[in-house]
Amino acid sequence: MALVINEEQQMLKDSAQGFLAEFAPVSELRKLRDEGSETGYNPDLWRQMVEMGWAAILVPEAYGGLEFGHVGMGQIVEQSGRTLTASPLFSTAIMGVSLINLAASEEQKAQLLSAIAAGELTTTLAVDEKIHHGPTQISMSAARQGDHYLLNGEKRAVVDGHSADKLIVAVRSSGEAGQQSGISLFLVDRNAAGVTVERTEMVDSRNSAIVRFADVRVSAADMLGAEGEGFAPLSAALDIGNVYLAAEMLGIAQESFERTLQYLKERKQFGVLIGSFQALQHRAAHWWSEVELCKSVVLKALQSLDEGDAKSPLLASIAKAKLCEVSELATNEAIQMHGGIGMTDEYEIGFFIKRARPAAMLYGDYNYHGDRYAQLCGY
Amino acid sequence: MSDLNAFRQETRDWLEQNCPPSMRTPANNAEDACWGGRNWVFKSEEQKQWLERMAAKGWTAPTWPTEYGGGGLDKAEAKILKEELARIKARSPLDSFGIWMIGPALLQFGSEELKQQHLPPIVRGEIRWCQGYSEPGAGSDLAGLQCKGEDMGDHFIANGQKVWTSYGDKADWMFCLLRTDPDAKKQMGISLVLFDMTTPGVTPKPIKLISGSSPFCETFLDNVRVEKNQVVGEVNQGWTIAKYLLTHEREMIGGFGLTGAGSETLGQIAAKTVGVENGRINSPLLRADVLKWEIDAASFALTAERVTDEVKSGQGVGATSAMLKYYGTELNKRRFELMMKIHGSDAMIWDGADSNGGWVPRSWLRTKGNSIEGGTSEVQLNIIAKNILGLG
Repeated sequence: MALVINEEQQMLKDSAQGFLAEFAPVSELRKLRDEGSETGYNPDLWRQMVEMGWAAILVPEAYGGLEFGHVGMGQIVEQSGRTLTASPLFSTAIMGVSLINLAASEEQKAQLLSAIAAGELTTTLAVDEKIHHGPTQISMSAARQGDHYLLNGEKRAVVDGHSADKLIVAVRSSGEAGQQSGISLFLVDRNAAGVTVERTEMVDSRNSAIVRFADVRVSAADMLGAEGEGFAPLSAALDIGNVYLAAEMLGIAQESFERTLQYLKERKQFGVLIGSFQALQHRAAHWWSEVELCKSVVLKALQSLDEGDAKSPLLASIAKAKLCEVSELATNEAIQMHGGIGMTDEYEIGFFIKRARPAAMLYGDYNYHGDRYAQLCGY
Repeated sequence: MSDLNAFRQETRDWLEQNCPPSMRTPANNAEDACWGGRNWVFKSEEQKQWLERMAAKGWTAPTWPTEYGGGGLDKAEAKILKEELARIKARSPLDSFGIWMIGPALLQFGSEELKQQHLPPIVRGEIRWCQGYSEPGAGSDLAGLQCKGEDMGDHFIANGQKVWTSYGDKADWMFCLLRTDPDAKKQMGISLVLFDMTTPGVTPKPIKLISGSSPFCETFLDNVRVEKNQVVGEVNQGWTIAKYLLTHEREMIGGFGLTGAGSETLGQIAAKTVGVENGRINSPLLRADVLKWEIDAASFALTAERVTDEVKSGQGVGATSAMLKYYGTELNKRRFELMMKIHGSDAMIWDGADSNGGWVPRSWLRTKGNSIEGGTSEVQLNIIAKNILGLG
């Protein structure tokens, strides 16, 4: 497949850019932060997104979705990286839909996917228990008692953990931390007895929570997939999530670059535009080159998800690792080239560095994905 | 689409029949390449067969028109041919500055007469070309060149010195930049001319490099007669063509950053030389450097692919060759720094039975020139900053 987006995908990209720039620019994130928004996103904005069909893009047509594919959804997420838009799009329309699609029964899919597509249900994934990502490092227990399970344990870095209707929780039903087998996926109501949610205030002003489970009773019917077989769908969903995080970071890298380039063409020192200095020109040219590489890896990874390519895990790790590296370069250079004004809260460039790091950390940072890439290559 | 599938099948069948077995093994070093030309001595009968068979199909220059001996393929067909060649790990039948550089310039700017004269022998690998661009006083500032071509009516008399002439001592013809109007502004008085290296007054002398080899010459021009009908494009309008050619050269050199199909990855080599424990290369710091390089190299290869695809679908900006040159050459330098570390003390062996002629250290030293030749990395960054980013 040619490494380009088609006309329909370009149209979606353009309309997402227009919509987000108008209704969810960086100033909206600042407002959510300063007003101490309870949901952490604007429910009206989410409703508009649902009306435009964004919650249904990855939902198969059979369940009332648009089945428009990952390359299309990737364009929206890339644009949302430019505007730093907070919404349940990632936790629900990407992670929730993907996990349900990969693991759930026909009956569960029919019920849950159509509810998500209609904007009636928000979800999230609760996977990590330690401060570093490790999808096999799961200790949270699920003990079977007749037709129920009792869940006990703690999950960290749960995106939208305090606002999602339902949590998809990766738990250990057998074996021990470090093993792939013995992991099961449960759908848990956020308001179920025994669930306590501690919302954590994050550097990016986006939603994250620590969720604690104390003797939480869930029915066997709320398990997604077979008992102990949860790792495969979990891992595949994490690959999908990581490609979208890479797409978001691509938006961040591009937007911070373009804003900085503009600044180099406006700011004068020593009587000339600072963009006339070769020391800055070469750094900007290098930065631009790195962003060009990022565009290629993100598009390739999105295409491979659509094709169900066996190389998807490898490409997901390449994309995530590369974007972790370049989004760090981009946001650091953005601050440095803006100089003093880049250090002020009033100026928006600082919002990009504050989102870039949590996006890189979620579901594995550069070190995690570099290591995973090498292991997948056999070294 | 079914036409393309049929083309793929035909191509596959033809290659199966015509690509000799030894031409389907990875090239061990630069010595395995086939450059052609009047004085070429084939390394094997199969190398000769492979060139002749591919040349007869025009597939040494797949997209050139058939009237000039090319393959006449469209871009989609050429891509299929490339993929099928890669599939069987076929070696390049012909490495050629004729195909990579002067040929495309002739197709774009040359007279019908020049095309008829020069293109078919290039396709057949009969004439080997070299480039006369740089001079001792004109490196990064190429437009400052001083080699002069004096107008004698139906011909020029060329005098001066060229440097960094790739394989000048092995080439049959040179494409050369001369200052044909000494009074015009820097870029305006330059012509691109062609002449036979056996013309009296042409003297190439090899330059020995830090790598020990001599892929370049300095070429002295002493009252060399150049016919007027061997000017490419208009007299004094050569700079435009020179820049076009530099773009091709940049893309070619940038391509050095791409690892060839079928060759071992750095990770695989390191796994062998350093050892693997619990699925990981035994040296954590080396492993970190290797995987970072591999991720960058994969990203770069995808970018070369994307740029090509964008140009094909009309989306490209077409100004990315400076970026590909910059990134590809820096990548290749990093690759060989890692190769030196991966091979440990063996990498220090300059010559000897098991060292493949000191291939690792000599290649490593050679790569230092990648970010200088064809425009330095700094010049590429200048081009990106000015032409793409609009920074003055």
